[in-house]
Amino acid sequence: MDVKYLDEFLASLGEFGTLYGPTRRDGVLTYERLDNIKELEITTERPLIPVKKLFHPKRFDMFTYDENGFTPNCSLFEKRVLIGVHPCDIHSLLKLDRLYLADPADPYYKGLRECTAIVGFSCLPDENCLCKSTGTDIIEQGFDLFFVKLNGFYLVWVGSSLGHDMVLEKEEFFDSDVTPRDIQEYIDWREMRDGMFQKSFDFKNMPDVIELSYNSADWEYFGEKCLSCGQCSMVCPTCSCFHVHDIPDIGSENTGRRERMWDSCMFVDFSLVAGGHNFRKQRADRLKLWYTHKLKTLGREYGNPGCVGCGRCLTNCPVDINVLTVSEALLSEGVPK
Amino acid sequence: MTCECERENPYLPEPARIVRHYDLVKDHRFYQIRHIDMQRAMTFTYEPGQFIMLSIPGIGEAPFSISSTPSRPGILEMGIRRVGSLTEALFKLKDNDTIYIRGPYGNGFKIEQMRGKDIIIVAGGLGVIPLRSILYYVLDNRDQFGDLYFLYGTRTPSDKLFRQEFLQLKQRDDIECLFTVDDTAGEEWTEHVGVVTELFKELPPLDPHNVNAVICGPPVMYKYVIEELLKMKVPKNQIQMTLERRMKCGVGKCGHCALDHLYTCIHGPVFTYWDTLQFRELI
Repeated sequence: MDVKYLDEFLASLGEFGTLYGPTRRDGVLTYERLDNIKELEITTERPLIPVKKLFHPKRFDMFTYDENGFTPNCSLFEKRVLIGVHPCDIHSLLKLDRLYLADPADPYYKGLRECTAIVGFSCLPDENCLCKSTGTDIIEQGFDLFFVKLNGFYLVWVGSSLGHDMVLEKEEFFDSDVTPRDIQEYIDWREMRDGMFQKSFDFKNMPDVIELSYNSADWEYFGEKCLSCGQCSMVCPTCSCFHVHDIPDIGSENTGRRERMWDSCMFVDFSLVAGGHNFRKQRADRLKLWYTHKLKTLGREYGNPGCVGCGRCLTNCPVDINVLTVSEALLSEGVPK
Repeated sequence: MTCECERENPYLPEPARIVRHYDLVKDHRFYQIRHIDMQRAMTFTYEPGQFIMLSIPGIGEAPFSISSTPSRPGILEMGIRRVGSLTEALFKLKDNDTIYIRGPYGNGFKIEQMRGKDIIIVAGGLGVIPLRSILYYVLDNRDQFGDLYFLYGTRTPSDKLFRQEFLQLKQRDDIECLFTVDDTAGEEWTEHVGVVTELFKELPPLDPHNVNAVICGPPVMYKYVIEELLKMKVPKNQIQMTLERRMKCGVGKCGHCALDHLYTCIHGPVFTYWDTLQFRELI
């Protein structure tokens, strides 16, 4: 598809649902509902908060309750078309699927996944991107359409029946002939992109390294530095833990709502039980759990390590604890200075 | 049109009624509850060692072990200590009041590997609550198991939960009950005095490969009890323990009970001693 058709094509997707995508609010790039397609910002920059926020909302009502019990909240669901998602964030959804859709499926996540079409876009790495190390720089599934920007045109991958319908709606914009020249351009683009990565880490060996480093003094070192602020969990696309609490309606004894919100295993009370016993009082223990999930495995049934190499922990941790510094420390002699 | 979260919602609490309750000891109460939906109450079943999530609207939800046995269906029993805001609110409720439950959750005790074996149940304090389920399960299916030893220690005699009920078990000749207290605290007490591990001296010689032990108690107790069992040469994967963790969902999503790459709510709460050697944060 010629680049000149892009805006009109994306606007036409409004037929398939409410448009969502990265847009700038108060200077911060964020996935939001778009009132107008002009708000959409297709860029190689990563939104501060990952795409999980549209499927595992930061805060929402699971139920309302009254004298007759609990009623599920169905107001979350509407047909949506989410535009502008990069490969790492699409990979993060595939990883969250393993956890949230495992039997019994989380109905809120499942509902939001099922009502949302994903139109992905290619990107180019910045100084903190690690997706080549984690094998998540290219995406082969998990989208309805995926746009790769080449010289003056987009190579468009169709990933689903719905994506095919989207293309058919504006068939005149698309050229189904892929020439050897187009293919060569795509190969050149991939090689160019591969050459742009500035950082890498030994992701492949990390599951064993984490397992063998259980007693490493590095955990104490990072534990001393860590502020337990939880920012890493907020910006990590595969951090999915949540807290649940009830909020009674003001002035009513019997009615209210059961709310769910993001939580972080970095918070001191994450493993605190009634009676005061805390199973993970030490920051080092909490960090170790976080990195076990990111670099060893998300969970026995939930497959591979959680990290998708998006680089957000590199960009956001105020004290420089991230997948790169942790994996490098575990692989080097002695404790970092 | 029904939406996803109405069709199948594993977080949806079901109404249940408090059928009966009484105080066990100070701040510990026994509850019998039953689903309000009769069909559900009749068909509800579980495994010894599983737990439920109990809700009081406006206060919240937390996990509680089931203390009854599925071999006595129709009613669900729990022993609950007043220790936080939810149990505080629960203790204010009366018989016939409505609470909300969902479950059962967790793996439960490995009953298949226990069948035909001599069973040692070791409880400390509050830990007797989930073990009461397997205790009665074995008693109700007595011919499926070998010898049964029930070791129960508390700090003082008045801390002993289900005291009358368990003392009655001493009348039976198909179970060996060994009860101890750390300190008589000046109360009348005719059983043992000392920590629970001292009761192991009272056990007859057993073929360790034919022994299956289940343990529950305060975190400090596990180490010493396990030492005793290892001294007897009980295989590490025939020592089961049931663990407590913070939980918000019960179905392996919320992450609070994560241990290494396991979730206590789905891979536990029952783990073997061998599991704890592999996943070092269990005990």
